[in-house]
Amino acid sequence: MTMPYYASAEQVMRDRSEYARKGISRGRSVAVLTYADGVLFIAENPSATLHKVSELYDRIGFAAVGRYSEFESLRVAGVRLADVRGYSYNRRDVTGRIIANAYAQTLGAVFTEQMKPFEVELCVAEVGDGPETDQLYRLTFDGSIVDESDFVVMGGQAEAVTSHLRQHFTAGMPLADALRVGVQALSAVSPVTAANGGAHDQLPSTQLEVAVLDRRRPKRTFRRVVGAALATLLADEQPAEAEAAPAEAAATHAPSAPAPGTPAGLGHPDAVDTAGGTEQASAQPDTQDGVGGGTDAGTPDPQQ
Amino acid sequence: MTETSAGRSGFPPAYLDRVGSSFTDFLGTTAPDLLPGRRTLPALPVGELAPHATTIVAATFDGGVLMGGDRRATMGNLISSRDIEKVYAADSWSVIGIAGAAGIAIEMVRLYQVELEHYEKIEGLTMSLDGKANRLAAMIRSNLGAAMQGLAVVPLFAGYDLDAAEGVSPGRIFSYDVTGGNYEERGYASVGSGSLFARNSLKKTWRPGLSADAATRTLVEALYDAADDDSATGGPDTVRRLYPIVYRVDAEGAVRLPDDEVAAVATTIVAERSAADGQG
Repeated sequence: MTMPYYASAEQVMRDRSEYARKGISRGRSVAVLTYADGVLFIAENPSATLHKVSELYDRIGFAAVGRYSEFESLRVAGVRLADVRGYSYNRRDVTGRIIANAYAQTLGAVFTEQMKPFEVELCVAEVGDGPETDQLYRLTFDGSIVDESDFVVMGGQAEAVTSHLRQHFTAGMPLADALRVGVQALSAVSPVTAANGGAHDQLPSTQLEVAVLDRRRPKRTFRRVVGAALATLLADEQPAEAEAAPAEAAATHAPSAPAPGTPAGLGHPDAVDTAGGTEQASAQPDTQDGVGGGTDAGTPDPQQ
Repeated sequence: MTETSAGRSGFPPAYLDRVGSSFTDFLGTTAPDLLPGRRTLPALPVGELAPHATTIVAATFDGGVLMGGDRRATMGNLISSRDIEKVYAADSWSVIGIAGAAGIAIEMVRLYQVELEHYEKIEGLTMSLDGKANRLAAMIRSNLGAAMQGLAVVPLFAGYDLDAAEGVSPGRIFSYDVTGGNYEERGYASVGSGSLFARNSLKKTWRPGLSADAATRTLVEALYDAADDDSATGGPDTVRRLYPIVYRVDAEGAVRLPDDEVAAVATTIVAERSAADGQG
């Protein structure tokens, strides 16, 4: 005969937190940083198709760590909420706060009501008209929500990455600087770097998923930075990486996918909205720096 | 609306179901009242009471496709708008022009734009051009009931096919009928009340492999011819400086031609016609 057992609410919550925390820290880290022209997402992610970072709406992006199936369904829900709201009201009426609130409610409800909490941590980022109106919301597995000002690090050894960033991050850096600082911070704890027994000095572009919300773009501000564009931004990479990246990307995209290697990660803000773009689209005439439209033509880059 | 509950208790269950990447299908389950095809229809024909948009033309050129529309909307014998816009970018690589009941048509365009963007965000891929054409057909099909009450919407769809094989023209045009029939057109097409005249004009002036500038002229001239013979199609309005809207879709994406550019083309055509008339 089984004995009904008693566990205090406190104990139950502590067990669930422990469980969720363990699951999240097993993965790799994601960093979300503000920079001069918007918000930069950097994820350590060897997969080119299973994204940790994605677009929710015109000025709102999403980053997540933890269990893929769980944050993917949350991401889809966020896209749906944003699109339904934008369609029934107006595009301007979709704000990061609304989406972050819905996430907080859902995560909180799952945490208290279900046996297994979601093993996820999310960041909803919104880019404003100026750096002072950029918003980063961090959402944890129990539904708590924190409004961060400079950067958010989630998953893996988040604390180590955060302390690295605290030392090197300054507000309002240009994109290349922000990317360098972010990648260095992630590299410090990554198993693929030499310091931790891997083969690289720093995370190579193939191990990174990078995207930005660029406030200078009209309408949809979210852009992925991939392939040659990313390799160029990560200036201190060995040149071989730049060649290798497009070929690999080509293999993982369906025919009508935004172009292999060159989805106009960052084109010129005045150019046509390529929504992730194609090769042709990224060959924009006004790209001044001659790197296939991939890099940030509007920002003079002192590092290169 | 179900969406308002999101603020209180998080996402409603339907939002978290991982099924489908269609925005229209999703609205159908969560907020069907927002869909144009799901409303109770008026018992009597109301076509005369609603503004109707008129002529849309499209033509391919050597690097893509162009679509243009005049600026007039009519309500019975009245002109209800002189500056309506009837051609829109559906997404970065395609454009849609509408003829028929303007209110429903514009709503449908908005829904269609969200549909394409929604798919792109959820799937992380752009829908194929044929896929886009099919989604639009489904949307028109759902409007058949309203069409029978005088609120027909007939779009013209054109886009740049990112999957086009080598040597095949990447610019493609699709036309529709009120039942949702979807037909791919060769070279050029027109819809709306002035479409007969516009098509005849295009038939004489359009050639395969035109340059973008020549094709723009061909298109604006077709709209001029339609306006010449069809009372519901507006010609170039030099008094108010209103000229047709023309979109170009090529390898660089969909862009609306600047008004000045279209105005220059229209002015040239008017001057040539005036000189050729020779009866003054």
